[in-house]
Amino acid sequence: MKLPKGVKAEDFNAALEEFRRVVGEKWLFTSDEDMHLYRDAYSLQWGEPNELVASAAVAPENVEQVQDVVRIANKYGIPMFAISTGKNLGYGGSAPNMAGNVIVDLKRMNKVIEVDDKRNFCIVEPGVSYFDLYKYIHERGFKVMMDVPDPGWGSPLGNAVDHGLGYTWMNYRDHFGSHCGMEVVLPDGEIMRTGMAAIPGSKTWAENKYGYGAYVDGLFAQANFGIVTKMGFWMQPQPDHFLSCVVKVPKYRDLIPLIDGVNKMEDQGLIGHPRYSCPMDPLCMQMEPEIYKPTPELMALNSRPGGSTVEEYQAYAEKQGHEFWNVVLNFYGPKETVFANWEYAKNTVFAPIPGVRFEEIENYAFPLENPEAIKKVRNKVALGIPNMSIFSIGARSAAMPEPGDGHAWFSPIVPRNGEEFIYAHGVFTKAAREMNITSAPISVTNVPMSWQYRTYLYLFPVFVSRSDKERNRKSIDDFNKLIKLAAENGWSEYRTAPIFQDAVAATYSFNNNILLKFQEQLKDAIDPRGILAPGRGGIWPKRYRENS
Amino acid sequence: MMKNLLGACAAMLIMIASCPVGASGQTGAERGQAVFQEWCVSCHGTGPGHPGTQALDLRYQGSLPGALEQRLDLTPETVEAFVRNGISVMPFFRKTEISDAELDALGAYLSRNNPH
Repeated sequence: MKLPKGVKAEDFNAALEEFRRVVGEKWLFTSDEDMHLYRDAYSLQWGEPNELVASAAVAPENVEQVQDVVRIANKYGIPMFAISTGKNLGYGGSAPNMAGNVIVDLKRMNKVIEVDDKRNFCIVEPGVSYFDLYKYIHERGFKVMMDVPDPGWGSPLGNAVDHGLGYTWMNYRDHFGSHCGMEVVLPDGEIMRTGMAAIPGSKTWAENKYGYGAYVDGLFAQANFGIVTKMGFWMQPQPDHFLSCVVKVPKYRDLIPLIDGVNKMEDQGLIGHPRYSCPMDPLCMQMEPEIYKPTPELMALNSRPGGSTVEEYQAYAEKQGHEFWNVVLNFYGPKETVFANWEYAKNTVFAPIPGVRFEEIENYAFPLENPEAIKKVRNKVALGIPNMSIFSIGARSAAMPEPGDGHAWFSPIVPRNGEEFIYAHGVFTKAAREMNITSAPISVTNVPMSWQYRTYLYLFPVFVSRSDKERNRKSIDDFNKLIKLAAENGWSEYRTAPIFQDAVAATYSFNNNILLKFQEQLKDAIDPRGILAPGRGGIWPKRYRENS
Repeated sequence: MMKNLLGACAAMLIMIASCPVGASGQTGAERGQAVFQEWCVSCHGTGPGHPGTQALDLRYQGSLPGALEQRLDLTPETVEAFVRNGISVMPFFRKTEISDAELDALGAYLSRNNPH
């Protein structure tokens, strides 16, 4: 067991004994066998001496127990790291920022507090998964549509507090942005509610974000100022109809007018999430293996660090009859208007692109309750249906004959602009060649990831190998160089695993990193003993800044 | 990792779960089916969109079914090893997710067709 830095064994043991009295023997975990289950399954430091391994885990079943646990941690100075469902794979999983932290596992707090399909909101606890919420909604016949991220076993609350993203309508895809009001246990064990939830007997917890006064909710995402124990979310009504169509363009530089057209559609509120793909892209082939198939020739083109040239991919696409890019447009609303908006897209917005092709993929009337119909939906996430198909990334497939042991996502925010994205292709493929990066699919075929409304992510996985530690060490080094390279171009990560959080926070460096210094000042005032998630978001309490 | 687990499992005594009837009136296998539906089916169900099944189909190339519910060779010990250790992109599961009792039931369910 790795004890937390700066904590005496007798204090640690006394704290464990008090935790045990709060939650019961069954819900305090200390054995190596149990603590193995709290490691980051996708850690690039797997099996290394510096792997971020927790010392113990405590699983409260209600907010009063969370308060008791936090007060005990304060008494003994025990650093703690809270997880909701702990499924943040690719961004750190359930592991803390500092070895030896005690995990506060909130999975047992799994109540759906409220769903309202007239005013369209919900309030949930952290242990509720997207699968749980979907089941709750559909068993009771509520006419709301969820917005879900790729893996359905995650927590709406947990996903929101790491700025997670989804697949439907613009504002709902931003899961923190669509939250409304929260309950949070502060580092001294006091319980606080924000926005309208701060009104005793509030009737609009999950509908009005601000209430009155300073808006503090942002302090509880990608940070360490409290443990969120309830959260409200705005939801969307089920639409009457869903229509999904694809626009295909033949040339590499067609990405520029394609993006311009999509922006015009989305910013008028005519489409939901636009899903960009390239039939030659390694990640697209792994995300949708039924749609995009590799050939030996394509695998050879993709096997080089940084992939191949635009000309080589263009020639391959033309030989195979592939478009270079496509974008799936999803329309929601009355049947008449969704088809009218598709006509507008075809006839007005995208028609000027030479060689453009249009296809209708599928359309469904709501409510969509028929299990057989649901099975046939191409992108279930676009309909708010939680699933796990994303785990095809990195798993054994035609495009990934030698599966990995997980991945860490590199995901800088870049402008929603075709010229800039093409420029980013140049920056990252050049780096991949110069750094001989073979563990990440970096290529001029990489597509804009458009989950965030108004910005893109230039996202690729860095694959982990539990058996090749040397490769992992190089990947960590490459990742850190890529963070700096991105920042030199005005881009930086929206989210990252704990081992990279200091490096990413350091890129938000305007005026001598005043943003981070401000957060450190707040941290020292609100959490003077430095017990909550030291290091999360790059924010270290005084106790560990001075020891570092 | 896969080789290690398979090797360990091959060395284990093959046991058939006894499937006792619990207080709920359900057998272990029936409770295990519910656990499978809750935690496993989204990756290991049949048909497209189930990455666990697709990966195992590719691995076994027809020598074994990719869908776990169709396997005849699984033992409770094999199931426990994979749930608590993971494999490739499949992570391990904590006891706040799948308890030891639920894991026993899951093992009983997935080994129900094992003739040995």
